Order: sequence, then structure tokens, then C-alpha cells
Amino acid sequence: MTKNELFPKMSEAIVAGDRAAATTLAEDAVRGDLDLLEVIEQGYVPGIQKVGDLWEEGEYFLPELISSAEAMKAAMAVLDPELKRRSLSSHMGGRVVIGTVEGDIHDIGKNLVASMLQAGGFEVYDLGADVKLERFIEKAEEVGAGMICLSALLTTTMTNQRRLLGLLKDRGLRDKYKVLVGGAPASRKWAEEIGADGYAENAVAAVKLAKSLSGRT
Amino acid sequence: MIEAKRPRLELLSQAFMERIVDEALTLLERHGVMVENAEAVKLLGAAGAEVDRDGQRTRLSRKLVEKCLASTPPAAALYDRSGAKAFTVGGDEVHFDPGSAAVTMLDHDTQSERKAATPDLVAFYKLVETLDNFHFQSTGLIASDVPAPVSDAYRLYLGLCLSEKPFVTGTFRVEGFAPMRDMLAAVRGGEDELRRKPLAIFDACPSPPLKWSNLTTQSLIDAARAGLPSELISMGMTGATSPATIAGTLVQHVAENLSGLVICQLAKTGAPVIFGGSPSSFDMRKGTTPMGAIETMMIDAAYAQIGKLLKLPTHAYMGLSDAKVNDPQAGYETALGAVLGAMAGVNVISGPGMLDFESCQSLEKLVIDDGICAMVYRLLAGIAQRDDPIALGTFEGFTAGMSFLSHPHTRKWYRKEHIGGGLADRDPFDAWVAAGRTSIVDKAHTDVARRLGAYAAPPLDGAVRKELDRIMAAYARAAGVDELPALDL
Repeated sequence: MTKNELFPKMSEAIVAGDRAAATTLAEDAVRGDLDLLEVIEQGYVPGIQKVGDLWEEGEYFLPELISSAEAMKAAMAVLDPELKRRSLSSHMGGRVVIGTVEGDIHDIGKNLVASMLQAGGFEVYDLGADVKLERFIEKAEEVGAGMICLSALLTTTMTNQRRLLGLLKDRGLRDKYKVLVGGAPASRKWAEEIGADGYAENAVAAVKLAKSLSGRT
Repeated sequence: MIEAKRPRLELLSQAFMERIVDEALTLLERHGVMVENAEAVKLLGAAGAEVDRDGQRTRLSRKLVEKCLASTPPAAALYDRSGAKAFTVGGDEVHFDPGSAAVTMLDHDTQSERKAATPDLVAFYKLVETLDNFHFQSTGLIASDVPAPVSDAYRLYLGLCLSEKPFVTGTFRVEGFAPMRDMLAAVRGGEDELRRKPLAIFDACPSPPLKWSNLTTQSLIDAARAGLPSELISMGMTGATSPATIAGTLVQHVAENLSGLVICQLAKTGAPVIFGGSPSSFDMRKGTTPMGAIETMMIDAAYAQIGKLLKLPTHAYMGLSDAKVNDPQAGYETALGAVLGAMAGVNVISGPGMLDFESCQSLEKLVIDDGICAMVYRLLAGIAQRDDPIALGTFEGFTAGMSFLSHPHTRKWYRKEHIGGGLADRDPFDAWVAAGRTSIVDKAHTDVARRLGAYAAPPLDGAVRKELDRIMAAYARAAGVDELPALDL
């Protein structure tokens, strides 16, 4: 298959949330010795962008969004090792540490954001749910992340988002990271109030925000 | 695969229904019914009914009624304006149409009722055209700027120009039927074609107790001969114009409906008739006719059950409210009626959009009620087995970290199993606050504007439109009406 045939199929596989097809096409690209960065940028990324558009138009709902993100993940699982072998990286977005703050076990929304960020080209370190605040900072320092994303679904646990910003400040690390907050009780106003760098109301908006904060459009 | 079971409401036992029908037949035989229409009285007399000396009270034998029941089709067919889409009015089919013939509109900005005018009716038709859960249009408003002598035909004229859906309509004067039939026939390309593919139902209301006025009787006769279904709208008010007990009102209701059915069958054997009504539980304090009373809905569900026993298509005025604005009462009365009517298997449910005892239409309410009807249709579709095994397959290979969100099974089924929230608020509290604490009424108002903006007139053949214009103009001239509201349709 030529690039012109392959790329639209890759995009379609992502839009359809078809993991198997996304994987097979990635394998074809590797076998065909294609420029894998081009494969990602012109094959897969237009697909995930289309998914974002469909979400915003109200056509796509959570199951489509997550299936597409998973298909993207599956394709990247094939492409990433190959890129590494060629000393290249697909992560033009930088590294992100994400998790649900301590005391809170809700993780559906956080998982969605993590998957979508990953699909959007970020290298995502997902710490899971009920994550000690210390752990966010440790991990971010360890991997050299540029961004920390905090989820909370409860009004009682969202105060931990504020506490993390305090911790960063105390250690003189506040300017090192962009801190994004999300979850049902969070809001733009809340983000401003606690001095976070941003808030997004859903996973698609979160990717847009993360991209704009990291200088990508 | 195990099919979905249709949820069904049955308020009466078989024995109770048979008793009610039996008393209704006895009532028609002993007491009879007043018919203020000479042609109908003649038809009844010729069929063996006993006609009083004053020439109006007619007593109908059981045999005559049973014969007429036997010749009435168990279902009526309706077709949309294009003639391509067919609707069965019968069996367990449920079709919603807006409550009809309101005289006022609820003005959103002032939250007051005002007299309805032609631009309101135009907006009403356009909006209803965009609301998928209303299968039929109704000539839902009486426009105060249209001279009374042509008001009935003019409503239909506007509707036929603007909408593709079949109509539930009716006449305001005897002369109104001919031009209305002619317009419907013009759309179809002839009276025979109209007979084959009816485009409208004609409502005809007896006057309780047990009387058919000249106008409504003539409508029955004319519609029967044109092959158009008559919807019989008996409307006893418990303790005022019908017996106070629900069962007593049902006896009168059945008798009135059956007498109307007999007139239709004598005018034209095999004419389609819909066993319908708009009875109410009379409010003994206020002297009003609450459509949102639970007893009103019980009467409706019960006569619909009897209609089914008699193998007739059914209709009821349900899914409407007596509230004056779109408040909680408007929501609960409408939803309760729509659910109960649908579960009772009422074939035509008229009511959405309506407030204030069938007198006020609200565009916002139409949009809200469309969402209620969507829920009702989902309820009626029931719970079906989709997979075999039902769920075991989805757990194969399921690990601790997985969720159903990304499972292909979810993507395959969730849209078929779940209809989504529509305008209902499903935001978390803070998101709702952040979005401006918007009420469903405000959301509906925005949606009305969006829908009216997106409305595109379904194409109507130029020659048909010309013929509609000609019929309307001729009727207006004959009625002495020089001018109709100027319109750019």
C-alpha cells in the first residue's frame, strides 16, 4: 500500500475506534519502512483530531472517544519501539503526570483524559487513583515532566488540588510545572482561585488546553 | 433471542369491560341519543333506529350497533403529505400529536398568555415539523387575526403548505368540510387517491350527555364519505355532564362513541372511525376540567382498553397539563399522561404543547414534551435480549483494569439501548452553576429558536400549491372574507 492509501485508512481506523485495524496498519507501515513520524502525523493524528471534532459536534460520546483513544494507543504501541530503535520520539507534546488526588477513587474521567492526552502525542505517566500528593511531585521530577494533571470528583477531595500547588510552591518548584485541574466539582473559577494553570471540562478540551500550554496548536 | 415485552396498562377486568359495554348498549337502546342533523336522523331511521316524534332522539338497537361495529375497520391508515410514509392507527401503535385548537400562546418573554395569531401558527407548524416524536401535526392554534368563517380551513391550508406530516384537524362550521377535503385531495391528486391514502383525521365532539350537534354530525358523515377517519371526542365531565363515578362516565363515553360510529357506518359502510375522547374529572371546587387529574387519565386509559376490546383504533387527550406556565406541574402532568396513555396502547395521543385546560399552546413546552415522548417510545420498546449469552461474552478476557467504556460491546449497543438526556439537565451541580443555572424552559426557548432557524419547508409541487391557494381563496370569497393575513410562506 502506498502512503496515500495507507494514511486515510489509519485515520479511519482511529475514527472507528478499531484497535485491530489500527495495529495492523501500524505494522504495515513498519514493514514498509515508511517514515514513522510522517505516519503518525499524517495517518493517525488526523483521525484523533476528527474524533475530537465529532465529540465537540455532539456526534461522539464517551464510548467512541475512549475506543478511539485506545485504538491510537494500540497503534503507538507498535510504532513507539520502532521509533526508539531509530532514536526518534513521537512525543512532541512532552511528558505529563496525571492522577486522581488522594482520598478520591474516581478514575473514569481521569482515565479518559490520560488516554486522550496520550493519543494527542503526550508521554503520559498515569499514577492511577487515590494518589498521595507527594507522589505526583516525585514522579514529575523523576521523568522530567512539564505538566501535572490533577483529577478530583468530590468537593471534599478537590481541596487536595489546592494543597498540591502549595507543596510545589513550598519547594520552589511551582514554575517548573504547568498544573491542570479537572473533575466534576472543578471549574475555571476554581482553577483561578487556587492558582492552577488551567481547567478543562472534558477530555477533548483537556488535550486542547495541554497543547496550547505546551506551545502546540 | 427473547423479544421485548410491551409494557401494558390495563385498569379494567374483562368482566367489568363487558358490563360497561353492555350498559352502554342498553343506554342507546332505551334512552337513545339526540342527533341534531336531519340527514343523520334519516339514515338512522332507514337503518331501523327508533326516531322520536320531535325527530331528534333516536334509539339504536343492539343489533344495529353490533352490525356497525363489525363493519368498522380495526385500524385506520394515514399517510404523510408525500404519500410515501404510512402510519397505522391501530394495534399497539402510539402516535403523538400536539394538543389542538388552542386559542392562546404562552409568550416566553412575559410568561403570559396572549391571543394566538397567524405568525404563531406558522411557527407552531414549523416547530412541530422538526420534532420527530410527534408523528402527526395538529391544527393546533386558532389564529385570532383570521376571520372566523374561514378559520378552520385556513389552519389546514397553512399546515399543508408548511408540513409533511399527517394532520389531526376538524371543522368549525358545516361549510368548512368541503374546502378542507378539496385541499387534502389536491395534495393527493384526487378524491380517490385521498380515500386510498388519507392525509388527515377529523375530530368530531359529541355534546355530553349523549348528543350530536348538527356540525359534528355533518363532519362524521362528510369524513366517512371522503374515506377520512373520524376521531370521536366524547368529553363527559364527571358529576357535571356525565355520571360522577368513573365507571358511570365510561358507560356514557362508550355509548356516545358507539352512536357516532353508527352514524359514520350508515354514511359509508367500512368508514374508518377512531374510538377517542377528551373526558375529564370535573373539579367540584373550581368548576374546571382538569386534564392533568389522575382520574381523567384513568378514564382515558380505561376507555382505550374498551376500545381495544371492541377492536377499534383509539385516541385520547393525554400528555398535557392544566398549569399556566412550564412549571413542575406542567412537567409531571404531561409526563404522567404520556406514559399512561402509551402504556394503555392509545393509538393517537393528542396533548403535547398544551397548557391551561386545552386552551394554551407553548412552543417551549412542545420541545420539552417531545423529549417526554422520546422517553415514552423508549419505554414502549421495552427490554430485549440483545446477545446470547446475555452478558457472559462481555466478561471474557475482562481484567481488573478494564472498564466497559472502551469495550466494543458498549459501542455496539449503548446508542440502541439508551436515548440520551435531550434537554434534561445531567450536569454535575457546579457545572450547572457554571453554565448559568439554566432551566429547562430557557434551554427549550433556545432550542425553539434553533429549530425554527433550521426549518426548511418540505418541497411542495407548484401546481398543488396553486390549487391550494385557489381553493382557499374561493372559500374565503364565498364566506364573504376579503382579506386573509399576508404571508410569505
